[in-house]
Amino acid sequence: MYFDSFQALLTMNGHGIYVWPAYLITIVVIIAVLVAPVRRRNRLLEQLAAELRRTESAAVSGVRGQQ
Amino acid sequence: MSAPHTGQFCALLLRRQLLLAMRRPIEMGNPLLFFTMVIVLFPLGLGPAPDKLAIFAPGVLWITALLSNLLTSDAVFRSDFDDGSLEQLVLAPQPLFLSALAYILAHWLTTGLLLALVSPIFALMLNLPVSALGTLIVSLLLGTAVLSLLGGIGAALTVGLKRGGVLISLLILPLYLPVLIFGTAAVQAAVTGTPSGPYLAILGAMLSLAIALAPLAIAAGLRISIDA
Amino acid sequence: MWTFFHKLGSPPWLYAIAGAILRWLVPITLVALVGGMVWGLLLTSPDFRQGNSYRIIYIHVPAAVVALAGYYVMAIAGAISLIWRMKMADVVMKAAAPVGAALTFIALLTGAIWGKPTWGTWWVWDARITSMLILLFLYLGVVALYEAFDNKEAAGKACAVLSLVGMVNIPIIYKSVDWWYSLHQPASIKFSGESTIDPSMLYPLLLMIAAFYALFTCCLLMNMRAELLQRESRTQWVKKIAGKEGRR
Repeated sequence: MYFDSFQALLTMNGHGIYVWPAYLITIVVIIAVLVAPVRRRNRLLEQLAAELRRTESAAVSGVRGQQ
Repeated sequence: MSAPHTGQFCALLLRRQLLLAMRRPIEMGNPLLFFTMVIVLFPLGLGPAPDKLAIFAPGVLWITALLSNLLTSDAVFRSDFDDGSLEQLVLAPQPLFLSALAYILAHWLTTGLLLALVSPIFALMLNLPVSALGTLIVSLLLGTAVLSLLGGIGAALTVGLKRGGVLISLLILPLYLPVLIFGTAAVQAAVTGTPSGPYLAILGAMLSLAIALAPLAIAAGLRISIDA
Repeated sequence: MWTFFHKLGSPPWLYAIAGAILRWLVPITLVALVGGMVWGLLLTSPDFRQGNSYRIIYIHVPAAVVALAGYYVMAIAGAISLIWRMKMADVVMKAAAPVGAALTFIALLTGAIWGKPTWGTWWVWDARITSMLILLFLYLGVVALYEAFDNKEAAGKACAVLSLVGMVNIPIIYKSVDWWYSLHQPASIKFSGESTIDPSMLYPLLLMIAAFYALFTCCLLMNMRAELLQRESRTQWVKKIAGKEGRR
């Protein structure tokens, strides 16, 4: 650990206001690029599952209607 | 009727494009008019002091040439795509590489060449030294040819799209940068009295590379746009 | 050997293998990222010239390196899909573009923030920063072109051509911008980037570069999986996955 105190870590001799936002924004962007494909995939799968349920129930009711 | 020889075919294509352009002199004059208008904007924006204008003149002339080239490149294949003759061209037995080159040559003859020839007038209006005029013309002749070739790539890729106009500038402006850098540098060198030959040689090298490679991309782009 | 290539062309196999890789690559990436950041932020001593602001290097340089490499990944994938008509290469290309654009954005933004304490201004038309900005435009051009096409197969091919043109141009653009900067370089702004770097600063930097490569690979694979599901949504294997995972 280079810094003596938490205070020193935050301020970094006046450079903290540059370093911390830079890291913060980077972390936000990284989380965004990691989460975006997961959300897209989940949304797709949900859609497909709902579609499957619809066609299944339609098929079942169609069979009942014929009987 | 026998199919025309490849060289003959390209000459015919070139003649057709030029004829079409000649029949619409207003449309051919539009980029020149645009060039003039934008040049006028700069003294109004930067102030009329002659020495200040002279410093910015090479950059102003080159940026304006670049923009007016960008403005026209969208239309290179547009009308032929709309009336279906582009599809004929893609299906023709002659190599698309050379046909594309003929289109680009026609485009350059009706925009870049004219622009280079009238540029001295505007250069003098912007107080560019007379000694730099020769370099300006040569750099524009070489540079606008590269711009036309690069613009052709963007035009070929976006010709099938309804809203290609804005997109094409996003696609090809980054590719224009080396030409802008060395074109401006050549004129700047001529203004300061240092030899401008090396810069013109680099522009010439870029042109050779663009002639060799850009028609490949244009041909591929046209095939994709026709298939879509 | 050839069966491997055939398998690469099979979407369900690719989907499964990407999932298997991600299962251990994502934790490794996260650990490496957090570890590298902690190392760079807390454990190294400050640069004697730039003070603590140099710590931004641990995110700026890796982002820039991987953003540039990402463009080549995209362009080579585009070339493969154009030449051998390999559908999966098209998926790789489509998946790489947004990640590369995001990394370029990180590199630009951290560069600007780093510029303030180092040069006194937020933005300097420095050769490397300008090149990164142009790289961002090239990425955005590919993304915008893809979105503009209604026919996604044509979109893939058009983007492949565009990214190849970009790949040929990147060295030319980079060299000309570099040369242009050396011509116009103001005397007040001298940034010795080529100076030797102390090993104690180099190791966390290397770790972060590796971590960003891993991050790029993770995002690429995740985007590919989502893209594969969308493209193959009418097939039986996707329906099976949807039936298993999609129900809430």
